[in-house]
Amino acid sequence: MKPKVAFFDFTSCEGCQLDVLNVEAELLDLLAAVDIVNFREVKTEREENYDIAFIEGSISRESEIPRLQKIRNQAKVVVALGACACIGGVNCLKNSLLMAEALRIVYQDDARYYDTMPARPIDAVVPVDYYVRGCPISTEEFLKVTKSLLLGKKPEIPNYPVCVECKMAGNVCVFERGMFCLGPVIRAGCNAICITSGRYCWGCRGLVDDPNVDSEKDILKKYGLTVDQVTERFKIFNAYQEVAK
Amino acid sequence: MTGKKVNVHQVTRVEGHGNIILNAQNGNIKELRWEVTESPRLFEAMLRGRSYQDAAFIASRICGICSIAHTTASIQATEAAFGIQPSEQTLLLRKLLYNAEMLESHVLHVLFLAAPDFLEVDSVFPLVETHRDVVLMALRLKKLAYNLAELLAGRKTHPISCIVGGFAKLPDLGELKAIRNRIEGALADFEAIVGLAKTFNIPDFARETEYICLKHPEEYAFILGDICSSDAGITPVSEYLSVTNEFCVPHSTAKYTKNKRDSYMVGALARFNNNYEQLLPRAKQTAEELGLKAPCHNPFMITVAQLVECFHVAEHSLSLIAQIVARGLEEEDNPVKVRAGRGVGAVEAPRGVLFHDYTYDKRGILTEANCIIPTNQNHNNIQKDFEALVPQILDKPQDEIRHTLEMVVRAYDPCISCSAHSLKVNFK
Repeated sequence: MKPKVAFFDFTSCEGCQLDVLNVEAELLDLLAAVDIVNFREVKTEREENYDIAFIEGSISRESEIPRLQKIRNQAKVVVALGACACIGGVNCLKNSLLMAEALRIVYQDDARYYDTMPARPIDAVVPVDYYVRGCPISTEEFLKVTKSLLLGKKPEIPNYPVCVECKMAGNVCVFERGMFCLGPVIRAGCNAICITSGRYCWGCRGLVDDPNVDSEKDILKKYGLTVDQVTERFKIFNAYQEVAK
Repeated sequence: MTGKKVNVHQVTRVEGHGNIILNAQNGNIKELRWEVTESPRLFEAMLRGRSYQDAAFIASRICGICSIAHTTASIQATEAAFGIQPSEQTLLLRKLLYNAEMLESHVLHVLFLAAPDFLEVDSVFPLVETHRDVVLMALRLKKLAYNLAELLAGRKTHPISCIVGGFAKLPDLGELKAIRNRIEGALADFEAIVGLAKTFNIPDFARETEYICLKHPEEYAFILGDICSSDAGITPVSEYLSVTNEFCVPHSTAKYTKNKRDSYMVGALARFNNNYEQLLPRAKQTAEELGLKAPCHNPFMITVAQLVECFHVAEHSLSLIAQIVARGLEEEDNPVKVRAGRGVGAVEAPRGVLFHDYTYDKRGILTEANCIIPTNQNHNNIQKDFEALVPQILDKPQDEIRHTLEMVVRAYDPCISCSAHSLKVNFK
């Protein structure tokens, strides 16, 4: 029996699910190994019986909590797909605003129609077995994690900072180019794509398990930067962790 | 006659969450609603207080399908606010990057989301068995679009290199030349899709509405131009609010819009209707082959208009690459001079015109943001299509009615997660 796979989305841009469809050749291999029974974005028929649930998006309203719990109860394996599900992601930027105020800003007098709460990653609500990080996910890592879980193995996800991959990519350090970067404390696995593409790290893969905060502070000092500047950038994807700290 | 009840919770094969409600008794329609239930995401509130350097990067996250459209609209709004005129090189690269997204999004919609309706299957997955060549072709075309975007901006979903003032990194000319051959090859794939599209059984329905899109004097407008209405003519982008006229409805987390009539349409069919003359030759030829004539009032033909645009995009991309190769690429020094002010950026996202309206303080920090998303502008038109269509099909079996209404929604290629935060903001 092929394992039954379901995709679900909560508050998100659905870009990670779309990138799953972009694995091209491997998509057909994947379809040979699993049955996709639930994928609302591309599929009409739905089945409530599944083994593996991939979940994109963060939890940002009360009604999403029982829905997520139901999925957790049904699935043997739950995989968080992308930054919103893994670490809360950009949705948590609104958390520093009072919800009533954020709604009023957007909907003015009509705010009463809407339901929202501080956004959170899915493991703030239910236990999660695997994480595919990033905004968006890397399809390579998606395939790696999926293969591992089908084989019942633990996938090897880097627990070293982006700087390691950035050096290997041969980039000139962002700090040397007069900008600042979150690479020293953020988990690698992205091949430092943002820096290779001419910019800096925004931290979408979240912190490494044991970030070397002192060394980051030394770097900031060396380049005349403040912790506040870094915190503002860090909050773009990691506002949930920032509040938890 | 008996009662008919249709209740579709979360329409599938669309981006985002929406419901269809129909309740009819003895031929009388008691309830008929298109409801948008996406979580409010409050992006405009989240953009407040952000630097111009991060604004496009955050705005991109509004939508995974049209992240290049959001990024481009965001950059253009910031440039308008700062009084920056992008260089010719930047515009050529931006247009080419934009085409990559148009291509990818249209292929996704035509082949993965809409085609299963016309081929009477529930998703693209069974087509792996029955239409393997089509699925492989779709994957190949999507890959081409992704690779083109990767070359220009680092990646397709949430692009990286395109920034206020230009590009943080320039593409390699050799790779650009290499991808040209693949775009030529794509034209043959599109021909095969046209063959398939000829077998589509497209419902016969028409309701004339107001068609709104960008219009540019020199080209089929995607990222430049003024607002053009089929009823009211040209309006400058900076006056977009006089066209969109947003309002809230209780059953929807997205705002609705209207202009001269009860509702208006944006997207590929609106562009086709208003800018047909500027389509490139292969696109016009395809329209003729598929029986699409401007003006067309059948919303189910939006999918056909997207396929026509695929030809335009491929031909246009070849021409852009030829121009870039001929002039060469050089590192440009594009210093950004920050100033206080307001700017509006408008682009044609794959599913219609998109506005970002930003106000900055003198440090280049956003104090106000408003984004009006295409799907938002179509919600009301979908509702009006339902109201015109349902009386014509009420005698059909309930399942057929349900399926036809789902097809209407899917035809618009809605991007609902976008629309639920496409909301007006006043930061005071």
